Order: sequence, then C-alpha cells, then structure tokens
Amino acid sequence: MSDGHYYQSLTRVLVAWMAAVALAPLLVCALVLGNQFHTAYRAKVVAHLEELVLKHKQQVGAFLRESAAELRVLAEIAPFDDFTDDRRLALLLATMQHEHGGVFVDLGLVDAAGVLLSYAGPFRLGRADYAEAPWFRAARKGDLTVSDVFLGLRGLPHFVVAVRVAHDGREYLVRAAIDFAAFNRLVENIGQGATGQAFILNSRGELQTTPKRAPKLDAPFLRAKIWSGPGGTPAQAEDQPLVFTHEDPETGRQLLYVASVFKDGDWALVYQQDEADAFPAFYRTRLLAIAIVVLGGIGILVASWVLARRMVSRVAAADAERDLLNDQVIEAGKLASVGELAAGIAHEINNPVAIMMEEAGWVSDILADDDYGTPANMTEMRRALDQIRQQGVRCKEITHKLLSFARKTDERIKELDLNELVAEMAELSEKRARYVNVRIATDLGEGLPHVAGSPSELQQLVLNLVNNALDAMERNGGDLILATRLAGDRVVLSVRDTGHGMPKAVAARIFEPFFTTKAVGKGTGLGLSICYGIVKKLGGEISVESAPEQGTTFRIALPAAGKPEGDAPSAPPQQA
Amino acid sequence: MSEAIPLRVLLVDDEAGFTDVLAKRLRRRGLAVEVAQSGAEGLRLLRERDFDAAVCDLKMVDMDGIEVLKVFRKMVPAMPVIMLTGHGSEEAAKDGMQAGAADYLLKPCDIDELLAKLAAAVAKAKVGPA
Repeated sequence: MSDGHYYQSLTRVLVAWMAAVALAPLLVCALVLGNQFHTAYRAKVVAHLEELVLKHKQQVGAFLRESAAELRVLAEIAPFDDFTDDRRLALLLATMQHEHGGVFVDLGLVDAAGVLLSYAGPFRLGRADYAEAPWFRAARKGDLTVSDVFLGLRGLPHFVVAVRVAHDGREYLVRAAIDFAAFNRLVENIGQGATGQAFILNSRGELQTTPKRAPKLDAPFLRAKIWSGPGGTPAQAEDQPLVFTHEDPETGRQLLYVASVFKDGDWALVYQQDEADAFPAFYRTRLLAIAIVVLGGIGILVASWVLARRMVSRVAAADAERDLLNDQVIEAGKLASVGELAAGIAHEINNPVAIMMEEAGWVSDILADDDYGTPANMTEMRRALDQIRQQGVRCKEITHKLLSFARKTDERIKELDLNELVAEMAELSEKRARYVNVRIATDLGEGLPHVAGSPSELQQLVLNLVNNALDAMERNGGDLILATRLAGDRVVLSVRDTGHGMPKAVAARIFEPFFTTKAVGKGTGLGLSICYGIVKKLGGEISVESAPEQGTTFRIALPAAGKPEGDAPSAPPQQA
Repeated sequence: MSEAIPLRVLLVDDEAGFTDVLAKRLRRRGLAVEVAQSGAEGLRLLRERDFDAAVCDLKMVDMDGIEVLKVFRKMVPAMPVIMLTGHGSEEAAKDGMQAGAADYLLKPCDIDELLAKLAAAVAKAKVGPA
C-alpha cells in the first residue's frame, strides 16, 4: 500500500534529520578539537625534534672541529722530521690515540703531488698516490679540510682530516683518517621511538653515516629538498632546521623529516621518523576520537531509528484514528442529509394524506345526511373516492422513490452511471427546490463512462451539493444546473447555482470541517468537507468557483471507471 | 355559532385538492369560506373583502406562509390567522406564532379541531384588543 511507503519514507526522513542534527555537533567538535590538538601537539613535537637535531648537529660539528684542531696543533708543534719518518710518526699517532681515545685511525704525510711520503696506521698503503682523490684536491685549496666519507684504498668507509704545512718552501699535507665507527656513534643514537633515526647526508646525496635501521632512503629526494636553494645551496640557514613530510614510496607511510645543514652547508644532519611514531599521542587520540564518533554515530543512528519508528507508529495510529473519525463524521453527515431528505419526503407525503383524510371526512359528512343517496351526492362521493385513489397513487410514487433511494445504501465500491444518479437526486430534491423558488435543470452528457464509487456515498455527495445550492438560493430563488461531461479520462459533474456566491476568503475554507457561514444551528459545517472526503477517497478532485452575487459552481472530477453508458456488457478479455 | 352571521374565513393554500374539499366541509358547517390558491391571491381577496379569520399554509411555492401572515397582520391586525403546516416539525409553526399567528394546526388536521380553534381565535380577537 502507498500508506506503507509513506510511513517508510517518513521514518527515513525522520532518521536522517535526527541523525544529522545529533551527529553534526559531534563531528564538528571532533574535527575542530582534533585539528587544534594536532596543530598544538605537532608544533610541540617538532620543536623538540628541531632542538634535538640542532644539539646533535652542534656535537658533530664540535667533534669535527676538535679533530681538525688537534691535527692542526700536532702539525704546528711537532718537528717536521717526525712526520717524514714512519717510526716517529707511529709514536705521534700513539700519543694522539692515547690522548683522544682512538679517534684517529692513522696519520700520514702527503707531498704536493699527492704521494704518501710516510704513514703510521693499521693499513699497508705504501707510497699511495692521492693526486686524484677528491679530499686531496680540496685540501690543496683550503687550510684545513674534512673530507666526505669514502672507501679509499683500504676499502673501508672513513673520512680524512687534512692540514696544510709548509717546510723548506714546499707544501705538504698532514692527513689523518677518523674512526668511522666513533663518528657514526655520534648520530646513530639520536633515534627516538621505534622508527626514529638520524644520519648525515652530503650535498651530493651521499650518506656520511650508516643509518641505524638501514632504511631505503630516497636520497635524491632528500638532497633536492634540503639543497633546494639557488645553485644547489641549502634551503634553510644553518640555525634553522627544515621540517617536512614525505611519503615512503615503499610502505606508503608518512615520514617526518627534520634536517639541518652544517659544515658550510655541505653536510646535513637529517632526522627521520614515522609520523605515527613521532606523534603517538595524536594518533592515539585520533583513534579514540574515531572510535567515539563511530560508536556515538551508531548509537545516534540506532536511537534515531527507534525514536523515528516510535513517532511514526504514533503518527500512523493518529492517522488511523483520524480516518476512523472521518468515517464517523461522514456517517453523521449522511444521517443529517438523510434527515433533511426525510423531512422533505414527509412534507411531500403529508399533502396527499391530508387530501385523502379531508375527502374521507367529506364522504362521512355526506353520509351523515338523511338523503345522502341523491345523484348529486353520489357523484360527489365518487369524485371523492377517485381523488382518494389518485392521492394514494401519489403516495405510492413517493414511497417507491424513497425505497429506491434506501436500496442504494451499499457502501461497496461499484461501477455506476453518474447521470442516472444525478437525475434521481434532482428529482428527489425537486419538491424542496419548488418551495424555495429554485428551478433545477440537468444537462447530462451522453455516453459517459461509468464511475467507480459507493452508491450511497455518491448519492450523499450530490445531495449535499444540491442542498447547499438550495440553501444559497433560499431567499431569492434562482437556477440550479447539474451538468455532466467527459473531460479526458474523467467524468466531471458541475453543480452551478445562481445564489449569492461567496468571497474568495470563504471559498478557500469551504471544504474545512466545521466551517460554515450559515446561522448557528442551521448548518453543521460538515456537508462540504464530507463531499471533499468522498471525492478524495474515490481518487477525484473537487473545486469551487465563486464570487459574491455571481453564484457558485462546484466541479467534481471522478476517474472514469469503465464501459460507457449504453454499451453492451463487455466480453471477458480474449487471450491472444 | 351564530346562524345569522356566518363566520367569514379566508383559506390560503396552494394545494388545490386540499383547499377545495376543506372549503366544502367548512361551508357545510355554516362557514363562509373563500379559497386562495396562492399568497398573492390571498392578499388580493383580503383587499377586496372582509374576513373574520384566515387559515394559511406555511409552505407555498410563490410566497412563504410567514410572509403572507406578516402582510395579513399589517393589513388587518384584528383578523386572527391560523397557520397550517404539513411540515414534520412544529418549529416552523411556532415561528408563525411568534410572527403573530393566533394558533397553528398540523396537516392532516381534524375538522372539529380546526373549527374549535377558529371559534376560539375569533372570540379572543373580538375581546382581545380592548
């Protein structure tokens, strides 16, 4: 039934509205507070990491500067001859290692051509030629050089600190290899949480330390990001760490980077951590918020559903009650209009009865005479009896009319001929119309299809409209025209009176229950609302057209139900 | 009832079959009865002649019985008017009483009752205005 659909869609609309109203503040709170918390918390964590990176960068820088300074001091104070002799050089190395905890792996003297003149250390390098080594070329330009990490002749990662010394007008380089493991330890312990790790990258994108968790680093990306200034210069100054995030192409996880350059912008200490690991409180809070929103949402939906179902079932019950009341109102209205009709009929039948009684009385009067048998009296008595018979026939016609009306109290919907019904109602109302000086005319369209409806309700519909029109013309009389027409697939009945009409404001409310313009006690205000109910029930339309002193026309369009008037009973549908 | 001066009664009703036979029965009882088949005819007769009383139907096609009554009362205030009604309800007849009718009777009516009411109304009218 369409009613079921109506209540289902009403339930859905209610659920949607209630859920939206309840969920909106929850979602807005979660989003706004979540965002505020995220911003504040992230700023705090990033500030901490920046401080960490800067501090460790300073430590690394200090380590490099210290190592270089020590070599410089050694080159300044030790006699040049100590550097040229392998045995004395080994003594110098031992002293250095003793004083500085084994940071220096070896020592060597290189001439201006890049040839290793002397060497002290664990490797056998012989007279190695460094002429093409990048560190050598860099050292030739500067006073003090710290090289990048490289494998070199020994095949192990290390880096070189070299200072330039002059002796007898010739230039030499004192170079020392730094213990890579000791250097690496300076950065590898920075890591925080489960995924935090630090490493040093040079401006060519080469790792200068071994990351603790040996990740697959996107070194070209990092290099491009950190050295994104003009001509490959660092993007940020040395005291301003660069903070950015990048998606790990392998795992798809968001990684947080804090990087700070040093060593004249050549190296950068880079700290890397999974975002989820870097901001654990945020992710925990976010998870909690999502759980609250999801659980709250489910709760709201369930509550909305239950409430909506309850409300809709109450609405449905109220609707059912209203329908029942409507039916009762229609029933009451029916009784009222039948009462009105009965009064008319009683009056109509009263007149012939009165005539019959008077005629009977007249015959009794004649018979009371002693000479009642005169021909004149006999003629008079015959006339009286004839009159009594005629009035009896008149009564019979009236009662037959009434009986045919009474027989149509069937409330079941059936197909019926509207013209026939209108003609009957016009005839029934004829007498009342005559007393209020109204001429009833019918203009019935031919060959109209039947309409589906209950005979008693359709009778009531027409009777109510006719009574209403007669009421409107009670004072001055007029014309009442009942017309039927076929319009498309609808049979249209118009009831037009030439009464006093009504203003628009009244016409707009005319179908409201209990709305009446009649004097108190004269009308129930139900007649037209009952008509409205009947027409709507039959899937039709009722409208009114009226203006003061212009009369009123009610137009009822009912769906055509089937065979046109006068058609032979249709044969059962043939199967092809 | 005086035999010398018969009571002059005007009978107004549009139901000819009824008025004709009622008039005959009243005349038989010594009344001088004139019949009007409509309100308008009743007014015309009243202008032309004098009547001691009138019997008027409440529902007529051309004029409402109450209207006829009101005009009768204006024209001859001393003449009592008895209203006749075929209406199932007595309400209309009571409206007539309020409008100045002397009495009312429901159709069909008993002739003796009508005579009694006519006599009473005429007697009262003769004494009344004093």
